[in-house]
Amino acid sequence: MAIPRFWREIQSRYNLIGTKCGSCGKVDFPPRAVCPVCGRKSIGKMQRLQLGGKGTVVTYTVIHDAPAQFEMQKPYVMAIIEMDEGVRLTSQLIDVKAEDVTIGMKVQSSFRKLGQEGEAGVIHYGYKFRPAG
Amino acid sequence: MRDVAVIGIGETEFGELWDRSFRDIGIEAGLKAIQDAKIRSEDIDAVYIGNMSAGKFIDQEHVSALVADYAGLADMHLPTVRVEGGGACGAIALLQARLAIASGMHDIVVVGGAEKMTDVGDVQAAEILSSTADQEWESVFGATFAGLYAMMARRHMYEFGTTREQLAAVAVKNHKNGALNPEAQFQKEITIETVLQAPRVAEPLGVFDCAPLSDGAAAVVLCEMQKARKFSDTPIRIAGSGQASDFLALHDRRDLTTLDATVIAGKRAFHEARLQPKDVQVAEVHDNFTISEILAIEDLRFIEKGKGGPATAEGLTALNGKVSVNTSGGLKARGQPVGATGVAQAVEIVRQLRGEAGKRQVVGARHGLTHTLGGTGATAVVHLFERGD
Repeated sequence: MAIPRFWREIQSRYNLIGTKCGSCGKVDFPPRAVCPVCGRKSIGKMQRLQLGGKGTVVTYTVIHDAPAQFEMQKPYVMAIIEMDEGVRLTSQLIDVKAEDVTIGMKVQSSFRKLGQEGEAGVIHYGYKFRPAG
Repeated sequence: MRDVAVIGIGETEFGELWDRSFRDIGIEAGLKAIQDAKIRSEDIDAVYIGNMSAGKFIDQEHVSALVADYAGLADMHLPTVRVEGGGACGAIALLQARLAIASGMHDIVVVGGAEKMTDVGDVQAAEILSSTADQEWESVFGATFAGLYAMMARRHMYEFGTTREQLAAVAVKNHKNGALNPEAQFQKEITIETVLQAPRVAEPLGVFDCAPLSDGAAAVVLCEMQKARKFSDTPIRIAGSGQASDFLALHDRRDLTTLDATVIAGKRAFHEARLQPKDVQVAEVHDNFTISEILAIEDLRFIEKGKGGPATAEGLTALNGKVSVNTSGGLKARGQPVGATGVAQAVEIVRQLRGEAGKRQVVGARHGLTHTLGGTGATAVVHLFERGD
């Protein structure tokens, strides 16, 4: 896959940059050009916002059947996390045993390697989450 | 809008068809449907094809012209359309073809659905399926397609107390139905223990909670209702259709245990048909995972929200239960050639409403429903069918 595809998402994947609607205040991640609540009213009013990195596990799974790129990591935990700002995202959970993960668990973001495009390809980075504490 | 009916159906067997190409299966289903409808090729006005990802599975795009060509229709220079919409593409093709006839533009349209999935390895095929989820904000982080549905299942268990055994009951029921379907990929009954002891895929889901990778094709011939009576004694009218979309990524949705797209597509179809869930005797719903069927029977209002698990375990959705769900075996046992799904579901419902379903015939079937999902529910399509006599 082309390097620009990873490069252009760096702001959100490294720094959790999203947007806040200038009209209703709803936070979105990744950034949106149009607020799903306000529609046209929000155009031109979407403000850049960095998420604080803290959130709560809403649901999770342990992946045993993994894509080729994640073969070495399996089994690994994926979760949907509700950030303190209200927006949700999907991320891997790390530094925790699968059996210790619970719905409602508090987690915080951590900057990690996400994957590698083969032997000579680009290494790409982004967020994973670990237990808060 | 003019009334539209199904006058012909055809399908291939579903499974790992190593000796058959995309062309072979597409043509077989189409020709069977044309024969069943007793039309001549000169009667056909257009061809619509549902196909999810021939580009990735067999390196071939432009499959609509290809299928018409190999069906011997090249010299007729028909308009051909390929529809993409993840797993819902076949159901959307059916809806678009219906509209083309309802509008008066065409009188007879052949709708095909086909996917050739086994020319790539299992891991690659699973990755291609995952591409209907959000590649940039789900897949890149390691979320697999099964993993996303597993997270819906976990949340459903948490909120409603749904059990692992209740999820397994979906697979057991659909395998039981599949055992009565000679075209099904799996024609063997299984037990709850088989499902529970199977290797894990994405917890809480295991191998037997997941529909297989399959090759297969299905086709229907649609015709304007007045004209349909000339070809068929039992034209099956499309009484209502609804399609809806939602946020692409699961995490952006309003609720993780309700697919709003299904709810809304269902409401639209029932509203148009002036029917209610209680009027439906037989339904083919999108059981790509066991949890998907639980969500579908709840979101289509056959069963109260949260009660889909116990309802399945108690047999309310079994053959000739309160509503017979996935009599064909569903995606789970009949097989899951993605592009064929929506069309194959329609084939099963037409068969049921004609009274030609043999050992799996639903007694007194008068109204039937198909429900098809794209991705993790960012697209849903519902069609309602009724006997036209």
